[in-house]
Amino acid sequence: MPVKATPAAHTSTGRLGWLVLPALLIFVAFAVIPLIGVFVLSFTSWDGIGAISFTGLTSWKAVLTDPGLPHALWVTFLVIVLSWIAQTPLSILLGVFISGSQRYRAVLAVLFFLPLLLSAAAVSIAYKALLDPNFGLGPGLNLGFLTQDWLGRGTLAMGVVIFIIAWQWIPFHSLIYQGAIRQIPVSMYEAAQIDGAGRVRQFFSITLPQLKNTMITSSTLMIVGSLTTFDLIFVLTQGGPNDATRVLALDMYLTGFRANQMGLASAIAVILVVVGLVLAQLLQRLGGKERNSQLEGA
Amino acid sequence: MDHNRASRRSFLALAGATPLVATVLASCGDSGPAGASSDAATDWILTGQPKEGIRQGAVDDWNKAHEDQQIKTSSFQNDAYKAKIKTAIGAGQAPTIIFGWGGGTLRSYAQGGQVDDLTSWLQTNSGVKDRLFDAAFAAGTVDGKIYGLPTETVQPLVLFYNKKLFKQVGAEPPKTWDDLMGLVTTFNAAGIAPISLGGQSRWTNMMWLELLFDRIGGPELFESIYNGQPNWTDPSAIDALTKVQDLVKADGFIKGFASITADSNADQALLYTDKAAMMLHGTWTYGGMKTDGGDFVSSGNLGYMNFPEVTGGKGDPMNTFGNPAQYVSISSKATQKQKDIALAYFKDGLLQDKEAEAYINEAGEVPIVKGIDSKFTGLEDEEWLKFTYDLATNAPSFAQSWDQALSPTEAETLLDNIEKLFGLAITPQEFASNMNAAIGK
Repeated sequence: MPVKATPAAHTSTGRLGWLVLPALLIFVAFAVIPLIGVFVLSFTSWDGIGAISFTGLTSWKAVLTDPGLPHALWVTFLVIVLSWIAQTPLSILLGVFISGSQRYRAVLAVLFFLPLLLSAAAVSIAYKALLDPNFGLGPGLNLGFLTQDWLGRGTLAMGVVIFIIAWQWIPFHSLIYQGAIRQIPVSMYEAAQIDGAGRVRQFFSITLPQLKNTMITSSTLMIVGSLTTFDLIFVLTQGGPNDATRVLALDMYLTGFRANQMGLASAIAVILVVVGLVLAQLLQRLGGKERNSQLEGA
Repeated sequence: MDHNRASRRSFLALAGATPLVATVLASCGDSGPAGASSDAATDWILTGQPKEGIRQGAVDDWNKAHEDQQIKTSSFQNDAYKAKIKTAIGAGQAPTIIFGWGGGTLRSYAQGGQVDDLTSWLQTNSGVKDRLFDAAFAAGTVDGKIYGLPTETVQPLVLFYNKKLFKQVGAEPPKTWDDLMGLVTTFNAAGIAPISLGGQSRWTNMMWLELLFDRIGGPELFESIYNGQPNWTDPSAIDALTKVQDLVKADGFIKGFASITADSNADQALLYTDKAAMMLHGTWTYGGMKTDGGDFVSSGNLGYMNFPEVTGGKGDPMNTFGNPAQYVSISSKATQKQKDIALAYFKDGLLQDKEAEAYINEAGEVPIVKGIDSKFTGLEDEEWLKFTYDLATNAPSFAQSWDQALSPTEAETLLDNIEKLFGLAITPQEFASNMNAAIGK
């Protein structure tokens, strides 16, 4: 299969190959060794305190037969898909908007980027306070529709999680799209104008196709990001109510550090890695072909 | 060649997917005060005034008086501490003095050989043991040996109520469970939430179950479960589980309780802002309501009582639940010098008169020192302190909170299922069979 030659692949065969050494060492120390450790731990039973005892496939059996796993996978899948749907169209439209050059857009862009500067934990705490059914924004301003049990009902809580993820990350993805849009040659739009294409037609026939690779990059980041969403949900709902927002990453943490079952948690972690790998590979496949410039085709 | 590249690529993809895994393991090596590197004993304390200041004050006084036996403190938030201490102990990086709540967690430390047996030390230094509440030692004892020295305060559960709201609807505090269910109707009709509950914290819900189990089945019921018998399906247990769901279905708890947390004290705020009429909570909330509740406590609007009886139930209505004390243990990984400092501090520095009086005066809590009630006279909180002292010392049974008594694994299953029980996502029978399956884990 045709594979893109990465810059790393070039240098590693060249004379400057040793330059990757520090990065490689760090990667081995902080990713490969822990990964092997987690894999080994998944065949043990360990409460995190006492002795580690090898119990073979016991942890795996327990995880794979636990009805909690399909549920956590489903919730994770929902978060991935819903947050992609919530973020991508808005990010593209915002990206198109702020890629213009008027000064007010620059000012607005700064405002749009504010959520990006805040940590997920701070954002969650703030939203939790705002959405409080008794002391939050709704009761404070006497707005009936805002006075919901936002985090106490499953579907609402999931909606809130998706909303906050989108609120926080749309600025980032808009920024990527903005950069990509500015790369599209103006001549293409000029040609389209001469052919009598309107703005909407231009958007669908030029801008969107030219953004294909950017969309794949942005989607990869979104999907891998959603897969490992943890802090936000941990602070906001603790996976509740009734496991409605218990994603895989949170399930792993709670199993390991709350229930003291490191073996089970490690098995979940391995599953998380596998799911991440499969998704990343799929996306690479999707974008790996048609390497040649999009400028002419599409 | 192709193969080579493909493997390199998956290698990189692997890197993208592993940061979380890496974090998990990396946090195991988190830098705690390393045991051998320093002569000072280390002590981790909890944040949150006024108790943080009292804990720190006791250590400061000790350090001033003992230049050659220094203790170094680090402070952590309650929930963060619970997660960190477990990881630190697992990684052999525990502080010299390990603070905790006894019960199942201490049992797992003791069985993992992480904390020292204090039994013989307490025999030699019998004065330390004799001045503390006898009942406080049970939760610090594992297999007949004392691993946790009780300290700080006794914290039974109390049914708080808002006197102003009770007067407004012309109601009396409930004497029985049926009274309580009647009050739910009364308050709902008046547009007031009957009971405040920080349901997202889950252990808050558990307090209702604990006392219902006790009042209906007696303390023996949970004891038998604790000792490994699958008695969650006992008729008394099912009755208690059903009663709590009846209370949920009757809108007994404030709307949206599942999204309210106890960490932010929102449940206390509901009581003192006249939004809810009752709240079942530990005595530790008194200080918070006094500081944050304006004149709610000082103007006498806060009522408190022991949990009402359930007619026909086996349990003594004088029984209570909660934290018999907090506990300090000695890390077995500490150096001998550090251990010696810590033991000397346990003997002459910890919970001495000054610290005990500070708990009374500043936190409104009762330290676990025998005869301490003589210090209550004339204080602003005299009535409250007397009530707590009597509740704790007169109770025929003072059981430890379930989530502390059970092993961490079983406790987590319990809290998970309690959340679902209160969310009406499972039936009492499902709850019981889920819990029976988790016994001994």
